[in-house]
Amino acid sequence: MGAAQRPAEPAGTEWPARLHVVTGKGGTGKTSVAAALALALATGGRRTLLVEVEGRQGIAQLFGTDPFPYAERHLTDAAGGGEVRALAVDAEEALLEYLDMFYKLAGAGRALRKLGAIDFATTIAPGLRDVLLTGKVKEATTRTQGQQRVYDAVVLDAPPTGRIARFLNVTAETARLARVGPIKTQSEGVAALLRSPMTAVHVVTLLEEMPVQETADAIADFATLGFPVGRIIVNATRPPAPVNAAITAAELTAGLLAAGLPADEATVSGLATEARDQSVRRDLEDSLRTELAELGLPLVELPLLPDGVDRAGLDLLAAALVRAA
Amino acid sequence: MNRARYARLVPSDDAAPPLDVDRILADPGVRIVVCCGAGGVGKTTTAAALALRAAEEHGRRTVVLTIDPAHRLAQSLGLTELDNTPRQVKGINVEASGGELHAMMLDMKRTFDDVVLQHTDPARAAEIFANPFYAAMSSTFAGTQEYMAMEKLGQLHARGEWDLIVVDTPPSRSALDFLDAPARLARFLDGRMLRLLLAPARTGGRSMFSFVTAGFGMFSKVVQKLLGAQLLSDLSGFVAALDSMFGGFRQRAEQTYRILQAQETAFLLVAAPEPDAVREAAYFAGRLRADRMPLAGLVLNRVHRPAAPELDPDESLAAADRLARLGGHDGTADVLRAHATLAHQAVREQRVAARFTAAFPTVPVASVTAQPADVHDIDGLRTIGSLAGQGDP
Repeated sequence: MGAAQRPAEPAGTEWPARLHVVTGKGGTGKTSVAAALALALATGGRRTLLVEVEGRQGIAQLFGTDPFPYAERHLTDAAGGGEVRALAVDAEEALLEYLDMFYKLAGAGRALRKLGAIDFATTIAPGLRDVLLTGKVKEATTRTQGQQRVYDAVVLDAPPTGRIARFLNVTAETARLARVGPIKTQSEGVAALLRSPMTAVHVVTLLEEMPVQETADAIADFATLGFPVGRIIVNATRPPAPVNAAITAAELTAGLLAAGLPADEATVSGLATEARDQSVRRDLEDSLRTELAELGLPLVELPLLPDGVDRAGLDLLAAALVRAA
Repeated sequence: MNRARYARLVPSDDAAPPLDVDRILADPGVRIVVCCGAGGVGKTTTAAALALRAAEEHGRRTVVLTIDPAHRLAQSLGLTELDNTPRQVKGINVEASGGELHAMMLDMKRTFDDVVLQHTDPARAAEIFANPFYAAMSSTFAGTQEYMAMEKLGQLHARGEWDLIVVDTPPSRSALDFLDAPARLARFLDGRMLRLLLAPARTGGRSMFSFVTAGFGMFSKVVQKLLGAQLLSDLSGFVAALDSMFGGFRQRAEQTYRILQAQETAFLLVAAPEPDAVREAAYFAGRLRADRMPLAGLVLNRVHRPAAPELDPDESLAAADRLARLGGHDGTADVLRAHATLAHQAVREQRVAARFTAAFPTVPVASVTAQPADVHDIDGLRTIGSLAGQGDP
């Protein structure tokens, strides 16, 4: 689809940002949620870019494709004629591109890479790596062609909650190291974008204690550092299934017999144990939901995909995210 | 009734050889247990539970090195302050066994500071601490946490005070970073860049640009353009100040790597029965094999198992529907539906776990049944430990 035919409105007024940063504790499914959000925001003929920055090739694994090079590639179509592209940002490649774009120094960059200078520079000053990664994200977010932005939205599968504040807070890190020069200018530009209404940082969590705690911690950090928080996305939730933990053995026995099932002691006590455990889990989930609600941010719940995250599952999550708009 | 068919699908661990966690924890020849795996699979909890079991059941003087424990878990281990040194855990049942449990939480920056202090004189150390590059590297160096975890392990091992050291590993971008950290550091220290940067400092600290090779001229030109000359002189100062301790760093990194390869070490992969975590575990198993690290087995955490395994899930759903039509047995119908969900989940998890075993058929596996609530006290850790050990709480 040509750029000129795309809808002019940003996707969904309830997802107003253009750059969506998706973080969350490891194991919460933030890559799947980021992919689903990119699909959701591309619905109806829009074009989005799904970006990863940690060199894990998580997007390729999720979609079962070959590893992505450092290039924006068609990933998949979205409902209603939209398109999702994917990009795996690599700090070295970003630096080479940067040198070439601004200084016509592509040759020098390649020579530096041979020398190990880039590995060296990004090792000794990890802040520089983050500037390069976020710089590329900013470039893609703000890139225009003709009078129109190339991407209606950019979704960043960002580092996990433990590292996200530091990753986003690039200016502080580089200001300590680079006091002048274009890297400083670049990081200031990134910092401004990340703190503007164009950006929303979403936190993915599960209804488990540690992820909820990390969600609260990260949101407190974002408030301190001035990053606009979008939503808390509660992933892998189960539909409410009322189970009476206090059900007696006699009731269970009667019920099993009425249903024509075996009602031996092992089965009855086994089912009673399951009911108790289930109810403990539900109570815990309810209290965690309350904790999340008290953070005062919009919550979106996504269903557990029992068969793992495949393409159909992603579409289901995307539809749930669109509905949340 | 398809009971026989269903029973075959219920998790039984038959496919993989069983992992005898107790044998490992009791073996006096095993001095280090490393728990590794993807983030969010319960690594820290597993490490703490195994350490507790080694102390309580096997009478070993044990220390557990945790990286970033949940607040309440840390509290339950008495880790109320981060002082980077092991503290004895009180209130555990070691009267009979004579074991001890000590616990500590890694303080990355402090460990790094200690290394610097140990390898250089106070004046040099002060110079290093004041350099902005040190601040960046000691708090954010990709791999610093991993390297410092290994450094701390080396220190604990060298003290020789413990029968068994149980190590939790950092929730890395890649769970392998801690293996790579020593090599990366060595590569970094051996790097041509570093030598180029050091050369002018060694020749009397004059402007480093007087030492011009083709490559370095290019480097300095680009760096100056991008970052300004101030950064280069900070960097040069940092590298020169660190120079005195490089040998020590490198030697320790290599030493720790060799300890990890030794027979006294047992690597335990920790995974949840979910596709991502199991994929990561399989990748890690391959990597450990390639690095010739002693992989003892896989601990499959949070495995769901129905307490009424004989009851077929589809049968249960059909029965629940019958009861709904019949009326009067709503409680049982709800329980049957919940059972079906749980049993289906158990079967799915078994399939996911089978992928690991298909790839690594000789790696033993122990399953730890999911607990209804999150574990954050000694009793909970004891339960996890006994599930991992004898498989019977």
